[in-house]
Amino acid sequence: MATEKRNKEEEEVKTDDGSPKIKPRPIVQLGIFLVAHSPVFSVVFSAAGVLALLILPLLAKNTYISENALMPGSARSMLSNRDVSDGSKLVKDIKNYRLNHEGQVQKLVGKYMSEMVAEVYYQKFHPEGNQFHPLHFFSGPDSYTLLDNVSCASYGVNVAGIIRAPRGDGKESIVLVTPYDFINGGDYEALSLGITSTLFSLLARVTWLSKDIIWLVADSRYGDYRPVAAWLSEYHSPSFKVSDLLKCGERNTADNFRRAGTVAAALVLKVDGRSERFEDTLSIYAEASNGQMPNLDLINVVNYLAVHRQGFYVKVEKVVSLLSSSWLKIIGEIFEAVGKLAHTLNPDWNFGIPVADYLEGSATLASSLYSQALGIPTGPHGAFRDNQVDAITLKVSPRFPPDSKTRQHDFFLRGARLLEGTIRSVNNLLEKFHQSFFLYLLTSPSKFISVGVYMIAFALLVAPLPMVAASLYIEGCKALTKSTDNPTENLKSWKWLDAAKQVFALHLFGFIVTLLPYFICQVPGQHSPSNRSIMWGTTSSSLLLITFAAIPGCSPFTSRHHGTHWAVLKSVTISAAFIGLCLMSIINFATAEIGALLLVPTCLMAQPIKPALRSRRIKSMLGAFCSMVLLTIGFPVMFFAISKGLFGEGLVGLSLGGEFWTWLESLWAWKSATYLYIGMVHLPCWLLCLCILFHPS
Amino acid sequence: MACLVRSWIPLLFLQSFLVAIAFGSNEGEEFSEELLLKPLPDRKVLAHFHFENRAPPSNSHGRNHHLFPKAISQLVQKFRVKEMELSFTQGRWNHEHWGGFDPLSSMNAKPVGVELWAVFDVPQSQVDISWKNLTHALSGLFCASINFLESSTSYAAPTWGFGTNSDKLRYGSLPREAVCTENLTPWLKLLPCRDKDGISALMNRPSVYRGFYHSQRLHLSTVESGQEGLGSGIVLEQTLTVVIQPETTSVETNMQPSWSLSSLFGRKVVGSCVLAKSSNVYLQLEGRLGHESKNVDTEIEAHKLWMNSDFDLSLKPDRVIRESSSLLFIFDIDKSSDSEPFDLGLTWKLPSKWSCEQAPLHASRFLMGSGNERGAIAILLKATESQEKLSGRNLTTDGRCTIKANIFQIFPWYIKVYYHTLQIFVDQQQKTDSEVLKKINVSPSTDKVSSGMLEMMLELPCEVKSAAISIEYDKGFLHIDEYPPDANQGFDIPSALISFPSHHASLDFQEELSKSPLLSSFKEKSLVRSYTEVLLVPLTTPDFSMPYNVITITCTIFALYFGSLLNVLRRRIGEEERFLKSQAGKKRGGLKQLLSRLTAKIRGRPIEAPSSESPAAESSFLSSKLIFKIILVAGAAAAWQYFSTDK
Repeated sequence: MATEKRNKEEEEVKTDDGSPKIKPRPIVQLGIFLVAHSPVFSVVFSAAGVLALLILPLLAKNTYISENALMPGSARSMLSNRDVSDGSKLVKDIKNYRLNHEGQVQKLVGKYMSEMVAEVYYQKFHPEGNQFHPLHFFSGPDSYTLLDNVSCASYGVNVAGIIRAPRGDGKESIVLVTPYDFINGGDYEALSLGITSTLFSLLARVTWLSKDIIWLVADSRYGDYRPVAAWLSEYHSPSFKVSDLLKCGERNTADNFRRAGTVAAALVLKVDGRSERFEDTLSIYAEASNGQMPNLDLINVVNYLAVHRQGFYVKVEKVVSLLSSSWLKIIGEIFEAVGKLAHTLNPDWNFGIPVADYLEGSATLASSLYSQALGIPTGPHGAFRDNQVDAITLKVSPRFPPDSKTRQHDFFLRGARLLEGTIRSVNNLLEKFHQSFFLYLLTSPSKFISVGVYMIAFALLVAPLPMVAASLYIEGCKALTKSTDNPTENLKSWKWLDAAKQVFALHLFGFIVTLLPYFICQVPGQHSPSNRSIMWGTTSSSLLLITFAAIPGCSPFTSRHHGTHWAVLKSVTISAAFIGLCLMSIINFATAEIGALLLVPTCLMAQPIKPALRSRRIKSMLGAFCSMVLLTIGFPVMFFAISKGLFGEGLVGLSLGGEFWTWLESLWAWKSATYLYIGMVHLPCWLLCLCILFHPS
Repeated sequence: MACLVRSWIPLLFLQSFLVAIAFGSNEGEEFSEELLLKPLPDRKVLAHFHFENRAPPSNSHGRNHHLFPKAISQLVQKFRVKEMELSFTQGRWNHEHWGGFDPLSSMNAKPVGVELWAVFDVPQSQVDISWKNLTHALSGLFCASINFLESSTSYAAPTWGFGTNSDKLRYGSLPREAVCTENLTPWLKLLPCRDKDGISALMNRPSVYRGFYHSQRLHLSTVESGQEGLGSGIVLEQTLTVVIQPETTSVETNMQPSWSLSSLFGRKVVGSCVLAKSSNVYLQLEGRLGHESKNVDTEIEAHKLWMNSDFDLSLKPDRVIRESSSLLFIFDIDKSSDSEPFDLGLTWKLPSKWSCEQAPLHASRFLMGSGNERGAIAILLKATESQEKLSGRNLTTDGRCTIKANIFQIFPWYIKVYYHTLQIFVDQQQKTDSEVLKKINVSPSTDKVSSGMLEMMLELPCEVKSAAISIEYDKGFLHIDEYPPDANQGFDIPSALISFPSHHASLDFQEELSKSPLLSSFKEKSLVRSYTEVLLVPLTTPDFSMPYNVITITCTIFALYFGSLLNVLRRRIGEEERFLKSQAGKKRGGLKQLLSRLTAKIRGRPIEAPSSESPAAESSFLSSKLIFKIILVAGAAAAWQYFSTDK
């Protein structure tokens, strides 16, 4: 970029000298034009970026089954009443078992499985806490070292059963997961076991299986995710060394862990709460860690079967508070009006959608973006995605109370048919999921926005950054050459070096701040999250002061005449922000998108307030005010508080620091790249903007 | 007259001698058909068809065979095959329930897909050529893609790990080969009676392919005659092993299902193949049943054997033979006819349970790691219940009781195995190589040239509970045209073969047997071996529309590069500047001036001195020329239109 700038500079100089001008190439001309009018273009592009984001629900396409081999719903269901009665019996038995405290429910489930001619085994796992280690980012899920001193006090036991495909070659398998708390699982949770047991009883008899079926009853006493992750890590990367955990409990579960080939797909089934609607509700959760999504075809198959075959009401999560927001409604009305107008002009233009649809779509889109940006999996399926397996969580809410026997039969039948159809489709697959999209945002269970469309919004948002950087650089260089008359003038292409030093120092600071929590966690003694956040805050700010003191030219408070010009500093800052955002968009697009919404206006608006206050002009005062507001919002803690308020989670009080700490802790526990982004891109850029704001020029 | 007679006699003698020779050689060709039925502990029935065709040594080429298939004998002669085995298998052999320590399972439990191995009787340098030709010949003979084994990346030359020690042995397997009737039909064609008559008439395709396991095998070996001048004889052994679930109506789950031949296959045997020397059906009952009855002296006791409180046989066996742990009922089907077809049935009266004898260690293999980069292959050996019994019996060397296990494994070249990462864990303790590894032979793979091979001999203590072997690998990249049509399925690693060189399975019959090829092959000691699962490795697959993108991008880059290069080389900037200066004095067009003024205003700079090039004078000339051209073309078009419509 620097060379490009230099070229432009040379071009400019030539025309200034009045020497014969060679007509530059059109592309260079365009570049010069854009750079020359960067303020106008940056406003236009940023506005267009936001508009493109708002317009996304209109551009959503209907989903379709991309892989022909899936053929969902083409085979008739083979479920019989006998299978359903098997499932009902299991649910009843579990209830009795738990009432009478007859021992481990796992054994009961295992007994049922083995009666269905499945290979059964029990797996013990330790509910180890996710610990932050800075080096474990982006490493695989298996890099945990085994804990040496495992206590037998707390461990969970998973039950798994395998049905071998009668004529299959055992190369592939499909996993069904039902999380169930064996100690205090509710009646609704037991229903998920009933549905899966119904299905399992059928699958043990059928001859069409070509992939083995694994039913994992995960012990969700320690959360849904951990048991599944533990099972997967044993499945994919067992440790052959002796483990202390095996000595716990009466049963020797060491040797009988069984496997069944490469996992082709996984379905997690949960039953919770009563449906608020008239129909049974099915919620689909798909977001895995760092915004990874399963193949869209998997969601399509489930959605198709649930809607068109079994009559479930299918939904994906949405931000409820957005549904009632008036500003979004107004925008939706405008879009509807424009769509109607376009339709009258040309009947083929059918992009307008009703306001209600728009609201639904954008609320879902916002939730989809948020969950992807957060980088925390929305269910146990995240553990599968970490092992490159496509998986989704299905949460079913029946419309009847859990003790209604008559309704239960019908519910089991439909739930098991849905799973049967899905498994049959996946079973049909010869190749792994690859036909459909992996990068998409959902606006409803049957509508999606592909990567090619949603990239536009981000591209428009970040497009002004290089333009503004170039124009500011030219401006700053000019200002410097005017102000200084020293012989080093001819080294003008190295003007950015001072600014770059400052930017680099602050990025280094950001990196250290990112790593600090690891050391804070090592501090002996129990500390509340608020204390830890205070510790973090104080160390960080003292480090910042040290940085300012140690590296000359960094501090915004030292007023020196021959320091870096603020325009050059801003130019380098903007370049750094641009690079950071582009890199992040590759790792986790949604984070980059939300980050760009925050960072781009902040960076563009940042300018020294001293001259603005001095000049006492309305325009510059307004600009200074805007940049200050943006900077306040842009502070990570502040933004966290605002977003919490936006998502309707109540106002946070004094414990803001503590809650922020807890939130960050969850981010690094899930190895979310968002944490790295906040620490290494957002925070330094924000600090640099602060430097520019208080720049003594 | 006497003279005449005297002259005839030698002729007659000669004739009778020739006839005798001819018949003698034909009598040597023997064909026998046998069927072994065996109920399995998990409510299934195993049916093992066994056909043996023997051609005795002969000394002439182009000999006409009576029974022996000509295709096979030509194959043997042409490629000088010493021993060969080809198997087509669908489904997995269940070692836990169907047994792993009897001759039947060690010979007929085969890996999924096609497996072929052959030993040649040619000089070392010609072995590979013979193998390649053989694969093509077999491919045509059996309607299968065996010819894919021709490529040197798909076969290996095991030295000792396979069980047969020979440096002229080649081994290859195709795990993805689908097995169907089109492979069975040519196999049946090799039988003298096809599937028209005799036991093979039972092979109803739907019932054979409905089974849980189905393995069709062809084994041929040459028998050296030992005599000078005589060629070698050939023994062709064809077997089909099917595991079928009998259809039951009973709801009781612990009751073994009753079955008959007609319920299993939907057909009955109506007489033996007339060309067969012997055609027998055997029924083997394993486990508890065998031990119960000790004395079979009297007729009543013998009767009790096949019609007792446990089960009923629908037919009276011709003979009953006791084995150490099982009973063998022998039926001769020669007596059956159209009116009285042979339909053996077994009816269970009481629930019974037994277990099969298992191999000393149960082997399973799986992939470790996920993603597209690295991984590891692990082989897990677990002690089975029957291990203790076996180990005490025959394995005590220098005071230490050990189990020997051979592992033979082929790695395709795109699985780049790091042999130094081999780790061995015995009972969850990591062992050094020298402790357990007795012998190892590694031949690393060469990219796109040859596959890798690993042969290991482990010596494990008898009381071992579990042993694990892991070895890491990297996934290679294939060239775009090396991907198979369904590349996104992943790539198969062929089954590993685990054999136990110090364990031999054999049926120990207490009586002298009639000359039955099946039973005598069971009586021979056979190496206990088991195949592991086939593994599926997902490799990175390109987006197959990518070549197009690459071509477009490359072309664009080339165009840009060459365009600018030519520009740089061709352009003479000094001349251009001079030209521009000379042009600067001249007048500019009114429109141009207006434009330059406008742009200057937009840029907020003073109007530049008229400097830019403007071929204004030329432009008017050019435009008049252009207008003339347009008028010319339009006139021509009008004229054409006029003349064409006129007609």
